[in-house]
Amino acid sequence: MKRHLISAADLTRDDAVLILDTAEEMARFADRPIKKLPTLRGRTIVNLFFEDSTRTRISFEAAAKRLSADVINFSAKGSSVSKGESLKDTALTLEAMGADAVVIRHGESGAPHRLATSGWIGGSVVNAGDGTHEHPTQALLDAFTTRRRLVGREGAGLDGLRVTIVGDILHSRVARSNVHLLATLGARVTLVAPPTLVPIGVESWPCEVSYDLDAVLATSDAVMMLRVQRERMNAAFFPTEREYARRYGLDEDRMARMPDNAIVMHPGPMNRGMEITAQVADSPRCAAVEQVANGVSIRMAVMYLLLGGAEPALSRTDEAPTETPMPQENN
Amino acid sequence: MTDQKTTLLRGARILGGEPQDVLIEGGVIARVGRGLQAAGAEVVEAEGRVLLPGLVDLHTHLREPGREDSETVLTGTRAAAKGGFTAVHAMANTFPVADTAGVVEQVWRLGREYGYCDVRPVGAVTVGLEGKQLAELGAMHDSAAGVRVFSDDGKCVDDAVIMRRALEYVKAFDGVVAQHAQEPRLTEGAQMNEGRVSAELGLAGWPAVAEESIIARDVLLAAHVGSRVHICHLSTAGSVEIVRWAKSKGWNVTAEVTPHHLLLTDELVRSYDPVYKVNPPLRTEADVMALREALADGTIDCVATDHAPHPHEDKDCEWGAAAMGMVGLETALSVVQHTMVESGLLEWSQVADRMSHRPAAIGRLAGHGRPVAPGEPANLVLLDPAYRGGVDPAGFASRSANTPYEGRELPGRVTHTWLRGRATVVDGALK
Repeated sequence: MKRHLISAADLTRDDAVLILDTAEEMARFADRPIKKLPTLRGRTIVNLFFEDSTRTRISFEAAAKRLSADVINFSAKGSSVSKGESLKDTALTLEAMGADAVVIRHGESGAPHRLATSGWIGGSVVNAGDGTHEHPTQALLDAFTTRRRLVGREGAGLDGLRVTIVGDILHSRVARSNVHLLATLGARVTLVAPPTLVPIGVESWPCEVSYDLDAVLATSDAVMMLRVQRERMNAAFFPTEREYARRYGLDEDRMARMPDNAIVMHPGPMNRGMEITAQVADSPRCAAVEQVANGVSIRMAVMYLLLGGAEPALSRTDEAPTETPMPQENN
Repeated sequence: MTDQKTTLLRGARILGGEPQDVLIEGGVIARVGRGLQAAGAEVVEAEGRVLLPGLVDLHTHLREPGREDSETVLTGTRAAAKGGFTAVHAMANTFPVADTAGVVEQVWRLGREYGYCDVRPVGAVTVGLEGKQLAELGAMHDSAAGVRVFSDDGKCVDDAVIMRRALEYVKAFDGVVAQHAQEPRLTEGAQMNEGRVSAELGLAGWPAVAEESIIARDVLLAAHVGSRVHICHLSTAGSVEIVRWAKSKGWNVTAEVTPHHLLLTDELVRSYDPVYKVNPPLRTEADVMALREALADGTIDCVATDHAPHPHEDKDCEWGAAAMGMVGLETALSVVQHTMVESGLLEWSQVADRMSHRPAAIGRLAGHGRPVAPGEPANLVLLDPAYRGGVDPAGFASRSANTPYEGRELPGRVTHTWLRGRATVVDGALK
């Protein structure tokens, strides 16, 4: 049975909590002298990256290697893809090589969905970011980081926590995945952006929208700052970089207005001075570096659960799932 | 070009009326009545099937010259005949573009040579569809092809001055400019209707206002210069309101709607299957309902297929890389039966109006869209409305199979088509 992770919207609360709890177990191994688990020995995972993203790729690569999987990195640049090979032919090639899972990063929204539903390949598909659609493992690691910092209890969701996501919502796959997952886990989400960077149709999302960052800071348990590309200025999404930073950037004054235990997150890479000042980025309240470490644990958990690790290697070996809980991508 | 054979249709329901007999002789309808006899005539037992004037499509992409891998004049006109059409307007976005008398004459001659369906080339409004310089509209009109409809379809004539001049210029020979209404800046990189679904899917939006703002501008321009303007593939409820308003002023504005915009919505894009990728994009349920109502009340004049064949590889890929467009000639009548007739919005006589009389009148096309009456050219389609079947692109005469209806059950089936008395389709098969 094929199993994929395409959209955070496909995860039930139980699925999401299981991934977070599994990631906690994976994280415990990260503190041991020998970090490697034999779980996915003999399985092949392909990192199929049509967009440059060194951070995400090495995170998936580290996760797969710690599970003892064989990892093949397929970068579109310099390969036949840049010479006009289609996604289909690439997929057929990977299938012929016996890929058990394909981790795909693609500039077109929906490309992982096509890969999973077209019949081109038989293995699992993990969406590592598609266009302006979704980036579900990022949302999972954000939820993991938030739960660790603010809840500190396995088996729990994020019930009642107030999470504010600030920045280029329109073009953000991170925001889309986070809105779905945070709502599923019981958090209350507020999106903050200039109106030009909020998608038409947002009213059907399970969240609030505000154009005023200062108005929501005092009631935010976590503030997630999104990277804003400077080029957006040229398409008139905002007048200047400085005006954006003044109205929507997080600086120390604004951070001081957040509740005492509230945290700051950023999916990286940060535009210091644009959406976040260096002082905030380097403060103890900013969890950006933890997010990176947590990303490996989350991706280990996702691949373990998707590929249904043949050899039980976790601490709770007796209950290692034989039937994996991830839902099948439908429609 | 006419067929001297005599054909007697027995028990055909003309425009859905009571069964009558129709005698076709010398390429024209010789007699209509009950109990007709004709020695030596080939007899077709219509058995209560519906007889309509041959359908006329104002918006067909035949792709020849240049993209013969997706369609040719031959395969496209065979598909047209199978769909019950006796005349199609071949859009100008070929390679080379149909912006000279030479290209339009070539396409027209090919249509005549094959004889499945009259081919009426549409001339480009501007050279190379680039929106900068008027093409030689007069030369295309004066050519053997006799072009009367001009369009840069696929691209919008977005420069207001060029549009104004084109509207004015074609008055000299009673031409019409058919506008592909799409404000280009508002639709840069657009992938689907802008709304709730695009917000979720992360696909760049094609907002309704990009269509409506151009239509509003063009009906005002047409009124100002006293010309007629035709709106291609109108797709939004707001566009309907603007056209309704323009018509209430008495302005000479006509509009078409495609079958797919009468049936399908942007919810289908959730599959990311590029077979649903089309321009203008599939809209919302509210738009679909407004379009049906507008076609019923005459605000929208006619149905046009926007038949847009594409080779398999251009749809067998990720959404963003896929071509826009759907084939439609062989399913148009079924979709109209399903959405308009079976919903009670149109009678068969009105289907004849929206799919034959009106498009022929807008294109100033003689010999088509005529009454089913003695003395008229025998351009006819006989259809079986009781038929039910799943759409199977393997049976298409079109060279392309990019239909959004594969596997979907649609009602009705064309059993016979006659072009000036010659049967092009008999019992559902091409002759």
